[in-house]
Amino acid sequence: MVPVSAISIKKLSKHFGKLRAVDGISLEVKEGEVFALLGPNGAGKTTTISMLCGLLRPTSGKASVAGYDAETEPLKVRKSIGVVFQQPSSDDLLSGRENLEMHALLYGMPGEGRKERIDSMLRLVGLTDRQKSRVKEYSGGMRKRLEIARGILHKPLILFLDEPTVGLDPQTRSHIWEYIRKMSQVEKTTIVFTTHYLEEAEKYADRVAIIDHGRMIALGKPSDLVRKLGGDIMLLKSKEPALIASELRKMPFARSVKIKEGIVSVTVPDSQKNLPKMLRLLDGVDSIEMHPATLNDVFIKYTGRAIREDSAEGSYWERIMNSKGDR
Amino acid sequence: MHYLEAVYAVWLREITVFFREKERVISAIVTPLLWIFAFGGGLGASVELQGVNYQTFIFPGVVSMAVLFGSIFYGLYIIWDRKLDFLKLVLVAPIPRSAVFMGKMLGGMSDVLLQVVALMVIGIAFGMAGMDSLVLAVPAALLLSMCIVSLGLIMGASMSSPDGFNLVMSFVMWPMFLFSGALFPVENLPSYLGFIVAINPLTYGVDLIRFAFLGTTAFGPVLDVAVLLGISLAFIFIGTKSFERMQV
Ligand SMILES: Nc1ncnc2c1ncn2[C@@H]1O[C@H](COP(=O)(O)OP(=O)(O)O)[C@@H](O)[C@H]1O
Ligand SMILES: [Mg+2]
Repeated sequence: MVPVSAISIKKLSKHFGKLRAVDGISLEVKEGEVFALLGPNGAGKTTTISMLCGLLRPTSGKASVAGYDAETEPLKVRKSIGVVFQQPSSDDLLSGRENLEMHALLYGMPGEGRKERIDSMLRLVGLTDRQKSRVKEYSGGMRKRLEIARGILHKPLILFLDEPTVGLDPQTRSHIWEYIRKMSQVEKTTIVFTTHYLEEAEKYADRVAIIDHGRMIALGKPSDLVRKLGGDIMLLKSKEPALIASELRKMPFARSVKIKEGIVSVTVPDSQKNLPKMLRLLDGVDSIEMHPATLNDVFIKYTGRAIREDSAEGSYWERIMNSKGDR
Repeated sequence: MHYLEAVYAVWLREITVFFREKERVISAIVTPLLWIFAFGGGLGASVELQGVNYQTFIFPGVVSMAVLFGSIFYGLYIIWDRKLDFLKLVLVAPIPRSAVFMGKMLGGMSDVLLQVVALMVIGIAFGMAGMDSLVLAVPAALLLSMCIVSLGLIMGASMSSPDGFNLVMSFVMWPMFLFSGALFPVENLPSYLGFIVAINPLTYGVDLIRFAFLGTTAFGPVLDVAVLLGISLAFIFIGTKSFERMQV
């Protein structure tokens, strides 16, 4: 039977001593969805993923993945999922191809068609030419692509990607996303990814759960979450800001009109429709700058701070692993 | 069920990586050679034990040491492994943890065996034993490594950080080596030492390997094999359980 919810989490918690790394998260991920867990470092994203894959036992709560209980039916869960870890985990003494062959054996993929499947995955992530090189010699982006290929080699129903682009340069990041999207379309895989890059969640996720300090603070379509903020922010320059401001205050749709250093700011809901209306009613505006609301504004609204994208990785292990050179 | 295939995959990875890590192979062979030639050679000039010179006497002990050190280090390596690389991947694969344990154990046994065979051949080349003793010595070393690799894996699976590494060295590895009869005969020890020696699995490994090389034995090969097999089975059972409990 095909489960309606690919993933269903109920009041999931994980405590490490006193630290509540994950604190009562509940959510559903639908089949075929691209779902993002967005949050700053240390929010509890990796811990959540680890529990869903059966690598960590929850302190309390339930999680079902592909219709199976993550705690009591781990083998069935693992058969249905692919995982790409935050830290590169392919074997760097093996070649790219050897890593995939090993994976095929571990997943009991039928010998017939195995080679072709590996070939086509290598092609999908553009590693055909370098398949015989040891992973040690790969760049960060190539490694990540290999891991993505490995994550979907056995055709999982659900693919978990933990920070698939962390530490990569912007160009490589957009490449990786191209591959992930291609794959979600070709293989129709449900995708759950974590990220602390706001624009990735905004751009690539059907729905996003925003997590902070182990708690879920918002859940929904990125566009809905942003829309709920009440619109986009407009910055208007004029020789008579006070007059403009008082005109704006008369308009029913304009919100939080403010004057700061001679510039009028106003929040306009549904700006595509309301902006032209607003401009028709206003006289003497010299220039207008539109500042579209983002998930960052959503995050700020709920937590009072911005997500910092450059912050160092949280845990002791993550720092060690980041500094790990060749073996 | 692709249980055997999974065991094979884990084993294959271990053995491939082993051959590609030249430094590990080299150091694993050089350390025991240092023991034989520095310790055995130095003392051997003046001491004779059980009718043979000291160097010949400790050769089986040094082979056992290579098995012990290689096995323990291999087992503890999974502390790093499970945080850093391959093990995490294996743990999310749809295979029972016991298959992971078996693959790891067989991989460790193979690593250790290759090191030890190299060492034995060098020893034979220097006249410390006859070629025919390999027939018994190789399976003896394999049996001992099954026991100690399992022990190493149990400890590796139970430790969540490398902090306990030094404790294992001080409280497990060195005592096992020193109180095993690897360096001196165990027959006429004071009773409190005799007790430690008697409960040390390595003692029976050393005795069995010494029997293979020199034909001398304190407990008899049958008892040695029985003890090692029994302890191995117990360790494999416990090891499987500790792999099932292991989190990353
Ligand atoms: N094994 C562990 N033991 C103790 N604390 C941990 C462990 N794993 C994670 N943590 C802590 O739990 C919190 C959440 O970590 P994590 O899930 O890795 O966050 P994220 O992936 O969102 O950056 C962090 O404060 C981290 O230091
Ligand atoms: Mg993380």
